Amino acid sequence: METVKEKKNDPKKTATIKITGAEAIIHCLLAEGVDLLYGYPGGAIMPVYDELYKFQDKLTHVLTRHEQGATHAAQGYARVTGKVGVAMATSGPGATNLVTGLADAQIDSTPMVCITGQVPRHLLGSDAFQETDIIGISTPVTKWNYQITKASEIAEIMAKAFYIAKSGRPGPVLVDITKNAQFEEFEFSYEPCKGVRSYNPVPKPDKNAIAAAAELINAAKKPYIVWGQGVILGKAEAQLKAFVEKTGIPAAWTILGASALDTDHPLNVGMVGMHGNYGPNVLTNECDLLIAIGMRFDDRVTGSLDTYAKQAKVIHMEIDPAEINKNVKADIAVLGNSKETLELLLPLVQKNTHEAWHDEFKKRYQIEFDEVIKNDIHPTKQGLTMGEVIEEINLASKNKAVIVTDVGQHQMIACRYAKFKQSKSNITSGGLGTMGFALPAAIGAKMGAMEREVVAVIGDGGYQMTIQELGVIFQHQVPVKIVVLNNDHLGMVRQWQELFFDKRYASTVMVNPDFVKIAEGYHIESKRVSERKDLKATVQEMMASDKPYFLEVKVEKEDNVFPMIPSGASVSDIRLK
Amino acid sequence: MEKQWFTISVYSENNVGLLNRISGIFLKRHINIESLNVSKSEIDEVSKFTIVVHTTETWVHNIVGQIEKQIEVIKAFYHTDEETIYQESALFKIASNLLFDERQIQNIIKDNNSQIVTVARDFFVIAKSGRRNEINEMYEQLKPFGIMQFVRSGRISVSKEVMQISTLLNEFQEQ
Repeated sequence: METVKEKKNDPKKTATIKITGAEAIIHCLLAEGVDLLYGYPGGAIMPVYDELYKFQDKLTHVLTRHEQGATHAAQGYARVTGKVGVAMATSGPGATNLVTGLADAQIDSTPMVCITGQVPRHLLGSDAFQETDIIGISTPVTKWNYQITKASEIAEIMAKAFYIAKSGRPGPVLVDITKNAQFEEFEFSYEPCKGVRSYNPVPKPDKNAIAAAAELINAAKKPYIVWGQGVILGKAEAQLKAFVEKTGIPAAWTILGASALDTDHPLNVGMVGMHGNYGPNVLTNECDLLIAIGMRFDDRVTGSLDTYAKQAKVIHMEIDPAEINKNVKADIAVLGNSKETLELLLPLVQKNTHEAWHDEFKKRYQIEFDEVIKNDIHPTKQGLTMGEVIEEINLASKNKAVIVTDVGQHQMIACRYAKFKQSKSNITSGGLGTMGFALPAAIGAKMGAMEREVVAVIGDGGYQMTIQELGVIFQHQVPVKIVVLNNDHLGMVRQWQELFFDKRYASTVMVNPDFVKIAEGYHIESKRVSERKDLKATVQEMMASDKPYFLEVKVEKEDNVFPMIPSGASVSDIRLK
Repeated sequence: MEKQWFTISVYSENNVGLLNRISGIFLKRHINIESLNVSKSEIDEVSKFTIVVHTTETWVHNIVGQIEKQIEVIKAFYHTDEETIYQESALFKIASNLLFDERQIQNIIKDNNSQIVTVARDFFVIAKSGRRNEINEMYEQLKPFGIMQFVRSGRISVSKEVMQISTLLNEFQEQ
């Protein structure tokens, strides 16, 4: 930022000093407040790396061990800070390795800017070395993308990239920069983007719709809130709390909405969805009013749409007009930012407690507790459960940790049992279900919030998809806590094989290496727990450490996650066993 | 829900890559584009896509939502055939001798309100604008005489309702 200002403050300098495109990219990043980025160098992005070398006192570049790791680290950083995460890669394979992270950020609305090098303009389309059409490849998985072929475009496009990534419903943007544009010299000046004429990021809430919504809410006997990540992205946590407390409406969350309201809040009734809580799923089909706030009725949330909340009126508060009536028809749609919408709604709704209605949730919680939860977190059988490990992390961290999860059984168990006291504490790959997400995302989360405890909870399958990022943890001494819940299986797929494919365990048994030795190879303090008696003390030791720490817990090999809505079934038909 | 014909109109910036972005939305849903036309619109520097699809209203609603969400798209609409005025254009290339040997051809040209746009030594070209079925009819009439080349354009259409794109653009710019 300073460098840019210095040049701007001195008109003579601005007029005479020309910089290269590569240097301009650094100034753009600094002007956008970026001080940390993740990436991997290569031929077509080398001029930018040369500038990163010169600016390393202002801008930290973290060398991940694979470009996919760079995107997930940038996502973890973005999810924990609310700022734009930045990842950089070279052309060709460097660029294609970003695709999974882009797709993940797109479906989970994560603000991210990816910068890729590209072959020089005169070689475009010639099948040059490490040339790939990353604009074509990334189009379906980016909010926006652009190929810069001359240096004079850099300032405007980079400003636009950051603006688009973070505004409205956030998402990933990819900027591809040909090598000639990185070398070209030009007169640089930077202005942040304030708007794009064809893009209306935040629709204004319609007061009539809000009044109509309030009327429905005040008249409802069994209203029910399901909130999603829109509350967190819209910074509406306080407004949600005030709204829930005034109306007394039971409130449940989607997996990405977790932590927007304290887990222990009396009006927080739990998680919806395939492995969500019993009451929140079943009672979706008994409420008379469903109030959806910043969520998109994903199929993992709704189960069969034909039998989803058909008895209820639906209010859908949402920033993205394309989500309205996409899956579930809204009786009242309120477009806009969740914070603004809830602020306008709050004075119009009446105080209530809905005690009898809450009792329905309590009754069902008791059923779920007796059938499932008790055995998950206070097991009496011999083998360790994933649930009890999460419970120990809760206790040792006093519910204050950021929990980063991968994808599968451990993820569902962690999201079910982790307790949160602070927003932006549950970081997981929700929509895309990207195995390999957690380890690099935890690196980004920790570097984005050094004051917070970050615990990555990962299965033995997903861990090995990005295990090489241990190198980053070691090199940069990133003090994340890594907990691998090892059941020597691809557990979730195995569970489906058990339940729906007559126990034909095709390719779900994992013969695993010695994970402790691998972590030791990276000089990371490591422990393995195989027995219950060692669990508490070891988790406490891990949480007390101020260094990176690896913990492998050998859990029961063939445990299943319940409750479960079988794929395509109704939320009413959720199974407890 | 029953499938029917819809005309999707998209007002957008004229940028490289936008066509790819828009066609991807159809690809993602496995929906075939029946016809596509891209041209300038009534507003300077604003392009207009006219896309014809055969699908359900639910799908077309979702598709238009996804199209409109693209950064460089200003506004997208969908209309049924009854709500639009629409046409296609076709060119027929036919051997020149037939124009003189087969008197019927001249009647076909007249009856179909089409024009001869060029006559060369070996061939002549007929242009016909109209509804798809009118062009098809003319095609069937000419076919027995031998058509050297035939091409038909995508649908172009204007809506009967007012499309306030300029007002929208001004609103966006003020924000």
